[in-house]
Formats: sequence, C-alpha cells, structure tokens
Amino acid sequence: MSLLEVKDLKTYFRTDDGIVKAVDGVTFSVEKGKTLGIVGESGSGKSVTCLTIMGLNSKKNTITTGEAIWKGEDLLKMSSRRLRELRGNDVAMIFQDPMTSLNPVHTIGRQLSEAVLLHQDVSKKIARGRALELLKAVGIPRAERRIDDYPHQFSGGMRQRVMIAMALVNDPDLLVADEPTTALDVTTQAQILNLIDKLQDDFGSAVIMITHDLGVIAEIADDVVVMYAARVAEQAPVDNLFKRPAHPYTWGLLGSLPRLDVEVERLVQIPGSPPSLLNPPRGCRFHPRCPYVMGVCKTTEPPLLPVGDDASHLTACHLDQATKDAEAEKLLAGMMAESV
Amino acid sequence: MWACVLFIAVTLVTYVIFFIIPADPAKLVAGKNARPEDIKRAAHYIGVDKPVYQQYWIFMKRLVIHHNLGRSFSNRQNVNDIVLAAAPVTATLVFGGAIFWMLLAIPIGILSALRPRSLLDRLAMVFVLIGISAHPVWIGLIFSYFFGYRLGLTPIQGYCDVFNPPPGASCGGPVDWAYHMILPWMTFMILFAALYVRMIRANVLETLGEDYVRTARAKGAPESQVMKSHVLRNAMLPIVTMLGMDIGLALGGAVFTESIYNLHGLGQTAVLGLQTFDLPTTLGVVVFATLSIILFNLFVDLLYAVIDPRIRLA
Repeated sequence: MSLLEVKDLKTYFRTDDGIVKAVDGVTFSVEKGKTLGIVGESGSGKSVTCLTIMGLNSKKNTITTGEAIWKGEDLLKMSSRRLRELRGNDVAMIFQDPMTSLNPVHTIGRQLSEAVLLHQDVSKKIARGRALELLKAVGIPRAERRIDDYPHQFSGGMRQRVMIAMALVNDPDLLVADEPTTALDVTTQAQILNLIDKLQDDFGSAVIMITHDLGVIAEIADDVVVMYAARVAEQAPVDNLFKRPAHPYTWGLLGSLPRLDVEVERLVQIPGSPPSLLNPPRGCRFHPRCPYVMGVCKTTEPPLLPVGDDASHLTACHLDQATKDAEAEKLLAGMMAESV
Repeated sequence: MWACVLFIAVTLVTYVIFFIIPADPAKLVAGKNARPEDIKRAAHYIGVDKPVYQQYWIFMKRLVIHHNLGRSFSNRQNVNDIVLAAAPVTATLVFGGAIFWMLLAIPIGILSALRPRSLLDRLAMVFVLIGISAHPVWIGLIFSYFFGYRLGLTPIQGYCDVFNPPPGASCGGPVDWAYHMILPWMTFMILFAALYVRMIRANVLETLGEDYVRTARAKGAPESQVMKSHVLRNAMLPIVTMLGMDIGLALGGAVFTESIYNLHGLGQTAVLGLQTFDLPTTLGVVVFATLSIILFNLFVDLLYAVIDPRIRLA
C-alpha cells in the first residue's frame, strides 16, 4: 500500500473576481521511502497541492474535494486535532524561503525543541538534546554554540538547514519540500539537495519535492508529476520521463534546460505565459502555447492515459503515440548531439 | 547627546515664543494701578529686565547646577513644588488610563484580527471611528453628565490624594482616589483604545500571514500556541514603541481631560501659566514634559533590546 494516495484532489479559492481553481483534479501516490518530484511553472498548483495535503490553506474561502489517504486515513476529512498530531510528526514540511520561515524572536533551539515537545512527552532537556543532534546531522558547524542563536544570525543556506532539522526532528515518514532551494544561491542549492538526499537515506522518509527545475528532479526523484495550469500533464517514473517524454509541455521544459557545454545565443523558452486559473482555456489547457496544437485540443480536454502499454507512465495529450515517440526521439537526439 | 540637544532646543523655543507675545509679565505682577516705576521695579524683581539670552542663560544655569526651575512670576511659589504637586495627578491619569486602554484594546484588537469582517470586528470598527473622531472634551462632558450627574455613580470632577491627603481635604485614600479617577480614566481609555485596537488588529493580521506562522502550524502547534508564542510576540513589538511614545507625550499634559475633570495636573498648570504669562511655571511644565518624553523613548529603546533579539546586536 502506498504511504500517501492523492485522488482527484481539487482546491478552489473563492476570490472577489471569481473562483480560482488552483488545483483541479490531481492524482498521485507516494511510496514509502521514495521521492516524488512535482514539477511545473509558477502558479501551476504545485505548492497549493501540498499545502492542501498538509491542511495549511486557510479554511475560509477554500473549497477542497477529493481524497488524500494517509495510511488509510483521509487527511482532508480528518479532525483538525488529528491533523495536528500528524503534522510535524508523521508529515513534515520545508518551505521555500528560509529567510522568513523562522520566527525572528525565538532562538533556533527553542523553535526546534518546540517541534519535539509538541509531539513527544519528554522533558525540555531531552528535547533540546534531540534538537542539537539534528542540527549536527544537517551540518551546522559548532552546533552546541549556535543552538542558542537567533535566525538572523544565520545565512540563508544555514537557515534552510535549520528548517530541515526542524522538519526531521520527529522522524517523519513523509517530508514535503516546497522548492527548498529556490531562494538559495547555486552552490548552496547543491548542498541542500545532497543533504536532503542523504538524510532521506538515513531517516528512511519519503519525500515530495516540489520544484520548477527538471535538473533537481533528475537528481533526486524516483517518480515525477509534471503539472500545468492546475492539472497533471504527465506523470511517470523518472527514467521513463527522461527517456520517453510524452507531452509537448514536458518537451518544452526539457528543451529549455540550460546547458553548460553548448554556446547558445539565447535560452530556448516555451512561448506565451501560463493561463489564468480564474478562466482557464477550453479543451487542453496547454493548447494556446502548444506548437503541435490540433482542432480537437481546443474543444476537448485530453484524459490522462497510459503511454503505449506502460501503465506507470500517464499523459494528457491528444497527439498520437507515433508522433509523440518521433518528436521525443528527435528532441533527445538533439540534446545528445549538442552535448557531444 | 541627542537628548541634550533636543532639550535645549525645546526650552529655547519656548523662551523665544514667550518673548514674542506682546505682553508684559511685569505689568501683571505689579498690579492694576501700578506706576511706571513700580512696573520697572517688578520687572527687575522677577528678572525680565535683562536681555532674553541672559535670562535664558540664568535659567539654564539654575536648572543644571541647582536643579531649580525658579519661582513663579504670579505667586512666587517655587516652580519645582508646583510641578511636583501636579505631576502625580497627571501620572495617575496617564498610567491608569494606559492600563485601561490596553486592557480594552488588546483583546478587542486580537479578536477582530482573528475574525476579520465578523460582527465583532465591525462593531469594533464603529467604536474605533467614534473614539478617533470624538473630542476628549465632548467625551468628558458626556461622561460626567451621564455617569456623574444623571446616574450619580461617580464624582463629576476633582482629585483625591492616595497617600497623606492634606489636612482639611474632603477626601483621601486609595478608594476615594480611584473613585474620582474612574471617569478620567474611561475618557482616556476611549480615546486611546480606539487607536490601539486598530494598530493591534492590523499588526496581528499582518503577523498571521507571516511564513513563520505557517511553519509553526506545519509543526503541528495548536492555534492557541501559534498565537501565544509566534503571533503575539511579533505583533506587539510596534505597539510597545507606540505605547512608550504616547505615555511620554501624554505626561506632558493631558490638557483637555484635566480641564474637564478639574484635575490640577501638568496640563492645567501649563494652561494657567500661559494665561497669566507666568514664564517659569510654563517652562517648568515644558521641561518636565520634555524630560519625560526623552526618558520614555530611552526606556522603549532599552525595552526593545530585551524583546527583539535583532536589535540586541546592533
């Protein structure tokens, strides 16, 4: 059985301008100890998906339907008390911006201990010991002294380490990382990714990694969900996705990856910008930006169907399989040729 | 250093303004039917025959070296005594008022931030608008008319000493003291609570949207703990600054409230001093007010270092 099974999850926000369908029917599952990558542009609904699972959207003006089954219990229908028990204990979360995610008026030791004390019936001293242990595990130098420092005394990368320590302090089964490296500089990004990867092995947690960076996905994910405009465009095990990408949007993402080994005038981009979720385009949501657009794309929404006979690889596109395979091959051949 | 400059600037301006006013304090001192030489003698006696800068110099020297504010022009009382007699009245009004307005503003502010657009929030906003628009004199008069005169629940005006009432005083002791201060406190409460409700509401709302509040929730903290240890502490930081400044400012004289309830505090003393062209008394209040503002700002700065770790290192 999967650790977490999300079925047809929908999150709508009521706003003054109308209903924003931030997540519109997303289905995926996370296996024990595995890493699921969710990739997509800004505003594609990746973060909202996770905040919904964590129950962190404000209740007011939010409509949530679907299921998120956590070890047999539906997170979306759970009492807030039970959800609090799980949150920070079984399911923990790391946020995008470490600069603002820590409370400026408490020491990091206190904020870490708080997480322990909320879920374990232990003394403050033991909680502090556990906090220190985690700070060492995430590689904070001189952790014994720094545990009594305040967040503003840490750099961005160090704060993200503190956030990771805080998330792992109760040994969660699932770690949700919402673009954990976006706000960091490139060298720090690699360190943080390696750290998450290493800690995942040590702690045996499953990870949901939200990112807009396919490079990150290639590096640490086992399975991938590609989201576009609140829906799933393609989902597959990571190898399949990179070997046989089957959605024009995925091709676009792959094609726009910058490469160090080739000189280019200008980075390749997907033309246009993501649609408004207030009033998404009819039919396939990607059709206004899709170079392969056909008549049917403008009227009918493509269902999520297996690619060939591979049941683990799903995509929502009207193109026929032969064309897809040919295009994917062309794209990959191009990428290979460039790198030679 | 900055405080000294401020202090000199304020007293100097007061001095200069006083001498621009076309009135001769010596004439008032000498009396109605005084002959010119009497006025001259009076001027010399109270020291206004010297040039302004010399007078100011004498005033500063006396203040800095002897800690003495001089004697009143009109009744020759020592100004130190006048200010010291008036200060407790104003202090009672301001600090008591501050306690009441915070007691009222904190819960209302927080509750309306937690339920924006709820009935309570809207009622609070109505109250805020009334409190901000209403003049203290009007509120004071309404209060003393209804509670003091019509209902007879409270005294209409006056002040009682807490400790050692002077012989012959009609009342005294803590009970009478508090009883007489109820209406002035309430007036102060309405005025300031309105401002504070709005500030607290805005700050709490803003803090509720902070990332670290979401982090706290993601940790599994119950709402009460999120509020207590993450939201309030941060939301109250600017309120502390505001409170310190307001108290310092109000100590300089809550003129209107004091006048309505006939409290012989600093505000009334200053107004009386101005009406009788009594420079030393007016200056005495100004000096006291300036000092209290400076001291309270200093106090707030120090307090800030304690409650906000980001300031500590700077």
